Amino acid sequence: MKARVHITLRPSILDPQGNAIEGALTGLGFEGVSGVRQGKVIELELTETDEAAARSKVEDMCKKLLANPVMENYEIELVG
Amino acid sequence: MKSCVIVFPASNCDRDAAVALEQATGQKPDMVWHGETSLPDTDFILLPGGFSYGDYLRSGAMAGRSPIMQDVVKKAEDGVPVLGICNGFQVLTETGLLPGALMRNAGLEFICGMQTLQVANTQSRFTRGLSDRAFVDFPVAHHDGNYTADQETLNRLEGENLVAFRYVTNPNGSSRNIAGILNEKGNVLGLMPHPERVISPLLGGEDGTAFFATALKEFG
Amino acid sequence: MTTITPDIIKDHGLTPDEYERIKSHMGREPNLLELGIFSVMWSEHCSYKSSRRHLAKLPTKAAHVICGPGENAGVIDIGDGPDGVKLAAIFKMESHNHPSFIEPYQGAATGVGGIMRDVFTMGARPVANMNALRFGAIDHPKTRHLLSGVVAGIGGYGNCMGVPTVGGETNFDAGYNGNILVNAMCVGLAEQHRIFYSAAKGAGNPVVYVGAKTGRDGIHGATMASAEFDDASEEKRPTVQVGDPFTEKLLLEACLELMGEDAIIAIQDMGAAGLTSSSVEMAAKGGGGFDMDLDKVPQRETGMTAYEMMLSESQERMLMVIKPEAEAKAKAIFDKWGLDFAVIGHTTDTGRLVIRHLGDIQADMPVPPLADDAPNYDRPYTELAKPEPLADPRVTIQEALITLTAEKSAEEMGTLAEALIDEKLSGMASVEAAGWSATHGKAELYVRLDANAGADAIADLTKAAENLAETGMVAEASADLNTQEVSLADQPGGDTMLVALANLLGTPDLCSRSWIWSQYDHTVMGDTVVPPGGNAAVVRVHDTTKALAISTDVTPRYCKAAPHEGGKQAVAETWRNLCAAGAEPLAITNCLNFGNPQRPEIMAQFVGCIEGMAEACEALSYPVISGNVSLYNETNGQAIPPTPAIGGVGLIEHVQHTARNDTANAGDTLVALGITRGWLGQSLYMRDLFGIEDGAPPAVDLKAERETGEFIRKIIQDGLPTAVTDVSDGGLLVAAAEMAMGAGLGLMLTTPVKERRAAYWFGEDQGRYLVSVPTDAADNLILKASMAGIQATKLGMFGGEDIVLDDEEMIGLIDLVDIHQGTLPALMTPNKETAPMPMAQEDIKSMILEALPDAEVEIEDLAGDGDHYKARIISAAFNGKSRVAQHQLVYKALKGKMGGELHALALETVAKQ
Repeated sequence: MKARVHITLRPSILDPQGNAIEGALTGLGFEGVSGVRQGKVIELELTETDEAAARSKVEDMCKKLLANPVMENYEIELVG
Repeated sequence: MKSCVIVFPASNCDRDAAVALEQATGQKPDMVWHGETSLPDTDFILLPGGFSYGDYLRSGAMAGRSPIMQDVVKKAEDGVPVLGICNGFQVLTETGLLPGALMRNAGLEFICGMQTLQVANTQSRFTRGLSDRAFVDFPVAHHDGNYTADQETLNRLEGENLVAFRYVTNPNGSSRNIAGILNEKGNVLGLMPHPERVISPLLGGEDGTAFFATALKEFG
Repeated sequence: MTTITPDIIKDHGLTPDEYERIKSHMGREPNLLELGIFSVMWSEHCSYKSSRRHLAKLPTKAAHVICGPGENAGVIDIGDGPDGVKLAAIFKMESHNHPSFIEPYQGAATGVGGIMRDVFTMGARPVANMNALRFGAIDHPKTRHLLSGVVAGIGGYGNCMGVPTVGGETNFDAGYNGNILVNAMCVGLAEQHRIFYSAAKGAGNPVVYVGAKTGRDGIHGATMASAEFDDASEEKRPTVQVGDPFTEKLLLEACLELMGEDAIIAIQDMGAAGLTSSSVEMAAKGGGGFDMDLDKVPQRETGMTAYEMMLSESQERMLMVIKPEAEAKAKAIFDKWGLDFAVIGHTTDTGRLVIRHLGDIQADMPVPPLADDAPNYDRPYTELAKPEPLADPRVTIQEALITLTAEKSAEEMGTLAEALIDEKLSGMASVEAAGWSATHGKAELYVRLDANAGADAIADLTKAAENLAETGMVAEASADLNTQEVSLADQPGGDTMLVALANLLGTPDLCSRSWIWSQYDHTVMGDTVVPPGGNAAVVRVHDTTKALAISTDVTPRYCKAAPHEGGKQAVAETWRNLCAAGAEPLAITNCLNFGNPQRPEIMAQFVGCIEGMAEACEALSYPVISGNVSLYNETNGQAIPPTPAIGGVGLIEHVQHTARNDTANAGDTLVALGITRGWLGQSLYMRDLFGIEDGAPPAVDLKAERETGEFIRKIIQDGLPTAVTDVSDGGLLVAAAEMAMGAGLGLMLTTPVKERRAAYWFGEDQGRYLVSVPTDAADNLILKASMAGIQATKLGMFGGEDIVLDDEEMIGLIDLVDIHQGTLPALMTPNKETAPMPMAQEDIKSMILEALPDAEVEIEDLAGDGDHYKARIISAAFNGKSRVAQHQLVYKALKGKMGGELHALALETVAKQ
């Protein structure tokens, strides 16, 4: 089973990268852009076949390593 | 000889580059703000090191799309020499003036220290002044200096003698030890190490003095 | 409206007494916002309520001090710059301990960002960053993660700002397991007529907010930094701020550009406690009030309350009071740099802080009590017992000599001896070390046993030897035991002096820090004259012949054993490091890191260290011009060792008179200056090699310190020494080895005393230096020293490729360098070792040629086993490099391709002319 983890900064956390990208987009003439936030996508191949078990396993990985609970949220997507 | 240094937001080797250019040419370079749309009359363009736009998104990505770069690309195509150092090299690959890309260092850490470089091309106008010395010592200071390109491009670079400098002790995982490359016409050079930081025995070396003096003389 | 309950008061870190005091200042019950503002202003971090009365003991004045403590940073006069413009150096050190423990990267990064803002707020361009870092034991489970995060964070911020991080110090001690220390220092340069202060004088002037937008970052960071940790603290994580060095770089350039105009009346960084402390301090210093409308504050998030905005610690922000007529010009500059610029209020003459939000007045409070009438506690402290000097410890060493005889060649005897060690002895728990020598017919094995090994161990050895005899492989075997008691002052237990040296150079506290500082850009700005790794860092003052020397030091184990002596020593060590660079020490900043001041024994450490510092500052004419106090560094009641980190700054008038520790030449004589009595109490030799942490630390004789330092500066100006170092942790032998490794040269040493030889080499007596001088100038130096009343002793001569002691023992310099430089990388990435791989001669040759295409390479297979080679390489890449640097170049080029055992390749390198 394949899992995809989307990691984003928690809404209250400053995102310097997102801010700089937003500024550059405006500079390039793209108008009406706001709220740019940058995140990460991590893909994993799992041997686990049970969906619930896989989700709980990835959940555990997120808590322990993949996401930094100090400032990040995560979303898990199971694909096939 | 008139030279200029492009200043991006959070360029931080712009002053160092200007000092080196003034030492070599006897004339202060023009400092050109990234937001300008055209360059002043100039015989030499330098894209300095730093962290343009914080190196956010990809190193050099946003600077490569800033207004002044259109004119830099045009001047480069007209044959004006363009030197990109460190972040400047990253900007050159982002604009397509040089092939390949600079990825995160293989060790994942920022590295700063002196590197012995082999002068791999001793014929180009940028480097032939160094032909009497097979090696130079320039410092590096970067997080994203791991030069990467597909095999075909690497073969072409080597086949056409476009590798300007190679690391003796590869610090960042660069393909084929590449530290700096030239374009086909030989008027655009990008390199990760900082020749502008070794322009006085007080600062640990003078190989940079030799590099700037001979390169600017060639193009002068 | 929220009612203020005792719980709310407690959550704000205020005592019931303090709350009563607030009510009397307000003349009524405060609301939540007002309480929040009082709580941050009266926190330990902002008010120094436990430390103020003691900090007053520190000398802060001298002719060259332009501005002492109390502003964003201190300012000293460094004389004329280009065109006669008067120049100033502006510097400060500050802690970011708690945030770095919770989130090491962001904590350290924002610490660096904050200290740079303190410096450029005053009109200076930052030119050098330094730091003082303390971590827990290297094998503590958190240490590696914290160290790599902190180092990456310091680099991540400083590198992007383009300000070189030129040095610092890093120590490991179990006392910091639960509370690491991250102290960052920044030095900047300004023109004296363009120094900016925080006093917002005059009414009716615009109050301007510039920089990044405000979010809910780090709310209550200042109160967190003043609270003790417990295991639940990691749950306080939402207070962590994220640093944005890109925005700060723009803020720096924009501020310096505006400072070139006649626009700014007052300016203050929004650091801890953000808008609250900046507005209150500016108003208090100006003797007036502020009226601010928070609706005008640039905000990153929606729905923020006045409380959140006033207490937010969002980074990269400044508060300014500007001349009304300059508003348009100022705004244009900030627009150009893409930064927010908002007039959020005006100054008043009411002496009150008025906060408006959503059309209402949310707070209206008197300014003076917030800033100046904060509690000032005289915390009780105990009298500490003075430790006795350490009596030379004695240890028992047991050695066995096993003799094997047989009618066999020397080589065969050696193989037998080796087999006995590998198969039997190395498996015995009581065997500490074993070695052998063999001649025709005889092999001798030297076995060192654990001091506690009893008769059983001896019986085991004898049995192992006899077993061998029974097999008939040797004719006779015997084991003799030798037990003796030795003084650790005479010899390092059962080890030789140079083995002890190698062991010390491989300890976490003495090994090379290059793994750390190679992650810092230390050469940007093109003015770094002495990079990290030397005594003091030296940066040139751009466009002048001057340079600044900077050093951060403290020896916490001395402070813990005897706070007063430790405080003195910390100041004296920075002074000594600056002198060793050839600089005239001018002033210090400090970061005073201690435990909970409400415990009398901790308060005693604090008072003792401050009084010791004050004594040293007085005696050395070396005032304190800025600083920071970090208390409550405790976890579960376990306090850190007292750590008053000192950052010293000195001036070198002519940069060519800079001395370094790595520039000795072959043939130079090594001379020690200062008195060596062999003080072993609290030495690293005792602590790290024998686990003995007792006794008084070495005393600092401040008069001798000053005389020796002045003498060193004089001889450096006269161009006498080729290299200079101060002598500190690890003593003379460690300092001498560092000079040798730096220069890439061997060293022939002679012990000048007959007794207490180990104490001579490893003792940590204070006030000492090592210098190298051309041999024909050595007698002249010694004469000059004796005329100045300073003891000078010849210790040896530089040259060759080994360190040799008394013609008795030697160690290869390259081996020592490997230990010194390899320790930290190995500790940080323990599983990176690759297995050695036997290689063909031709492969080695082609790999060398790949790295050094010009090389002439000859390879010889030494043992005929395809595993031990010697290579002779001639290349132009070696030109101008020491032998050690040449070998390292080859080893590094082959690394990862040849596996770990590069030493199987013996090298002879020759520079191609």
